[in-house]
Amino acid sequence: MARHRNIRNRSYSDDYDYDDVYGHSVEEDSCLSPSDASQWLYDRSKNQQAISQFLESDDIQEETEEEVVNTRPGLERRESIDIRSLNLNEENEAKLMSCLDELRNILGDTIPENNLVQAILNHNFDYNKALDEILNNNSKDVKPAQENSKNTKPKLVIDQVSAIPLVDKAPIITTRSNIPKVIAPKFEGSDVEIIKGFKLNQASAGNSCSSTPRDQSPATERPFKSDCNIIEDKINKIKENKLDPESQYSNERGSEKEHLYIVVVGHVDAGKSTLMGHLLCKLGEVSQRTLHKYEQESKKIGKQSFMYAWVLDETGEERVRGITMDVGRAQFETKTKKVIILDAPGHADFIPNMITGAGQADVALLVVDATRGEFESGFDFGGQTREHALLVRSLGVSQLAVAINKLDTTNWSEERFNEISKKLKIFLKQAGYKDSDVTFVPCSGLTGENLIKAPEEPKLLQWYNGPCLLDVIDKFNVPQRPVSKPLRMSINDVFKATGSGFCVAGRIENGVINKGDKVMVCPTKEIAEVRSIAINDLSNNIAFAGDQVAVTLSGVDIQNVAIGYILSDPVQQIPISSRFEARLVVFNVKVPITKGFPVLLHHQSLVESAHIIKLKALLNKSTGELIKKNPRCLGNNSVAVVNIEVSRPICIERYKDVKELGRVMLRVSGVTIAAGLITDIYYT
Amino acid sequence: MKLVFRNIEKDGSGNIALVPEESEDMWHAFNLIAEGDAVTASTVRKVQNESSTGSSTSSRVRTTLTISVENIDFDTQACVLRLKGRNIVENQYVKMGAYHTLDLELNRKFILQKTLWDSVALERVDMACDPAASADVAAVVMQEGLAHVCLITPSMTLVRSKIDMTIPRKRKGFVQQHEKGLAKFYEAVMQGILRHIDFSVVKCIILASPGFVKDQFFDYMIQQAVKTDNKLLIDNKSKFLLVKASSGFKHSLKEVLQEPSVMVKISDTKAASEVKLLEGFYLMLQMEPSKAFYGKKDVMRANEAMAIETLMISDKLFRCQDVQKRKEYIELVDSARDNGADVRIFSSMHVSGEQLDQLTGVAAILRFPMPELEESEGENNSDSDSD
Repeated sequence: MARHRNIRNRSYSDDYDYDDVYGHSVEEDSCLSPSDASQWLYDRSKNQQAISQFLESDDIQEETEEEVVNTRPGLERRESIDIRSLNLNEENEAKLMSCLDELRNILGDTIPENNLVQAILNHNFDYNKALDEILNNNSKDVKPAQENSKNTKPKLVIDQVSAIPLVDKAPIITTRSNIPKVIAPKFEGSDVEIIKGFKLNQASAGNSCSSTPRDQSPATERPFKSDCNIIEDKINKIKENKLDPESQYSNERGSEKEHLYIVVVGHVDAGKSTLMGHLLCKLGEVSQRTLHKYEQESKKIGKQSFMYAWVLDETGEERVRGITMDVGRAQFETKTKKVIILDAPGHADFIPNMITGAGQADVALLVVDATRGEFESGFDFGGQTREHALLVRSLGVSQLAVAINKLDTTNWSEERFNEISKKLKIFLKQAGYKDSDVTFVPCSGLTGENLIKAPEEPKLLQWYNGPCLLDVIDKFNVPQRPVSKPLRMSINDVFKATGSGFCVAGRIENGVINKGDKVMVCPTKEIAEVRSIAINDLSNNIAFAGDQVAVTLSGVDIQNVAIGYILSDPVQQIPISSRFEARLVVFNVKVPITKGFPVLLHHQSLVESAHIIKLKALLNKSTGELIKKNPRCLGNNSVAVVNIEVSRPICIERYKDVKELGRVMLRVSGVTIAAGLITDIYYT
Repeated sequence: MKLVFRNIEKDGSGNIALVPEESEDMWHAFNLIAEGDAVTASTVRKVQNESSTGSSTSSRVRTTLTISVENIDFDTQACVLRLKGRNIVENQYVKMGAYHTLDLELNRKFILQKTLWDSVALERVDMACDPAASADVAAVVMQEGLAHVCLITPSMTLVRSKIDMTIPRKRKGFVQQHEKGLAKFYEAVMQGILRHIDFSVVKCIILASPGFVKDQFFDYMIQQAVKTDNKLLIDNKSKFLLVKASSGFKHSLKEVLQEPSVMVKISDTKAASEVKLLEGFYLMLQMEPSKAFYGKKDVMRANEAMAIETLMISDKLFRCQDVQKRKEYIELVDSARDNGADVRIFSSMHVSGEQLDQLTGVAAILRFPMPELEESEGENNSDSDSD
């Protein structure tokens, strides 16, 4: 036991470095047959367990103890959580633990711990009374247990099953007597087993009641999990994992500020980069020196107004042309949140990049240029303001802040502000935003007015007393993170990092990713191992749904991973198909959509050519009723069900399963013609 | 293609001798030859001779064979046509009924004998033998990380090379990687152009892309050409034409071909006119849906009412194995023409033709609206799926 603890407390990285060595030593030491060895070795993602496993393989006591844990991992978890959820103070918790220990002493581990806990609580930590109650419940055949049960295990088990109405426990327990036989037949003796059972409970109790941060950190979580064995079939593992991520998430992130991803969109030259650049400068995220450098350099090429934009526009091309071309990224903190901004390009040609950015965002900031004529050209005459707002909405972003920028050019005119917000409000409502989810903020990116502090400009103060931009961002709600679903991470960048391997960057849509996990690169279905994880350039051991991460992979070739691929859970794989059914909402189109229409399909960061192969039904826009079966063509603003075929298989999910991966955008010749939700996937 | 002779009887049967001169002619030949036709061409065959002593020697002889075609294979990329069938004219080397596979070769005469030369086939012969039509254009459609080097001939669009690369995005501190990836990509595209485009044949090279990719690439290419002293590129600099396209996928060629500046350069080619026509169809479908129809049944009915103004039909439909079906389409074409319709046979090798193929292969713009077709079409849509 002592040794066991030791391992548990060992620092992570140490374990890591010696993995391979341990792996070898086991093979040699324990002389397992190759098939057995493979049982022990097959899952490298559970390296930590493997280590503890291997260490103990020569130690009978601990070995079998693990078998016990093994048999009932689901239960185990629940118990520990139960205790935590009881919200006891420390003293009571200690009492509870000691009572539990006593009870265990007498009863062995035959009675579910939560029953015990319940009994103890009922009798206010008086273990004698509790014991009475439990024994009465079990009426007969408890004696053997009281005698420290010299009985053979199986018999006891049967008794318990009949006594305790926890029927589904039965199959698990019966396997218990089998498993040791398979692994190490000589460890029979029921005597030993009971003691072990006791010890185990101590261990688990110790684990659950302790409240030190380390205990809650994944470092302890891991070896603990490691007790539950490799021999378990995968289903079991998944079940157990299901419980894990939630608590992991709350442990890891409970104390931290919540992460919020915000995409900045708007017509070209609305001042998105400048606004964000200035915001960052004001928040002190950009050093004075760098800023000074940008100022000098931008002056040199005669574009001083771009100095803030340069904070986000880094490539030479972007700076020379003075437009953002790819999504820029930066982060800052507000009072309650850690905000990561994705600065999307506004130019019509770079909408694919913008879609990539918006696909990763939780909320959006729409920047509009208040200058006379500029707003109109961005909004009315085929500008990107409309398209961006629609795209962002179709990509599932429902909260929007509208920054009415460059108000200094209109002399902080209230009329102009109202005029623009009125126009936008009508449009945004049509686009599907709720009025309550849209906030309008007047500001100026260049002068920095109303960015992080309440305005000082008297002309603005006259009529505006709302929040500044930073406060608006702070007020956004962070959406729920689906951490307990199977892993899905969409890749939007593949690059070589320093050191070995290569990195893929992207957003985790679902689930949890741990260092050392095996992941499946889809649609090529190759297994890779996660070497390291970095969130916002900081290395981390674990990342959760909603995070933007850079993951170093090994085991696959960089050539076989491309932008738009998905990292998936190897067991619960993402569906891969080239044909699917979707419900389309057709935007304003120049020509109607017919069968055979070639389109570009945008799905997360993936862009692929596709055909609409069948128009199945035309639906009523508001009620969803069927208007016409097999329509000839789809006109403006219609809603329809269609079949789409992609030129090569891609990873998709039905919308009802994973929202983010169930959305597609269809674009033709640089115009977004429709947005769709995947309703069905056909496997061919 | 050169027409050597043409013997066609009153009943439509007869034979035509042709000499293919360029790879595109193979495409025409592919469209002309149907199963059951007899083709005579010179070929090489391995012949085994048994001498009087019993020892056998095999030798390759060049001989002229006539086969009854059973199977046609066309390699679109290499433009090679192979015809498999039984020998129907016995000669000293090959017995009757022996199987042989003919490879049609450039600049070698072949004689095609059909039991029925229909109007579409004859039109195809005329088209193939029209020397004026040939004008080759190369096009490179690209976006960051994806490029297609295509060759556009009057009746074919051939993708010569597809370059698909992952370019790292820009990220803090890793800007170099993005730029390096980009340079690598440009280099690959440039090599693709040099390898696959014959500057002596091509009259213009279109570089099309969204954003600034085309400009950046062009700059890169010229820079490299100067650096490596590549005369070929420097001399042909004026042939490059930079236009906008929305993406690097193949079907954005359609946009390229609609670009006015491109149209001027390639005004004759079939590709551009087909794109325009199909666009017209779609516009009509938007504006007056009762004047634009697609699908065999609808179009047939429109034809019965003599309503067709422009008939668009994919040549894939004439290549179908089912003789009966082919006949139906030929009748449609003939009768539409008799009624004064403009009949355009789209090449399924062009992007527009590909799209038409997907759209059941046949579409028509009508002279007058036929709303009655609109209503009835719901149930027969499934029929028109089969092509």
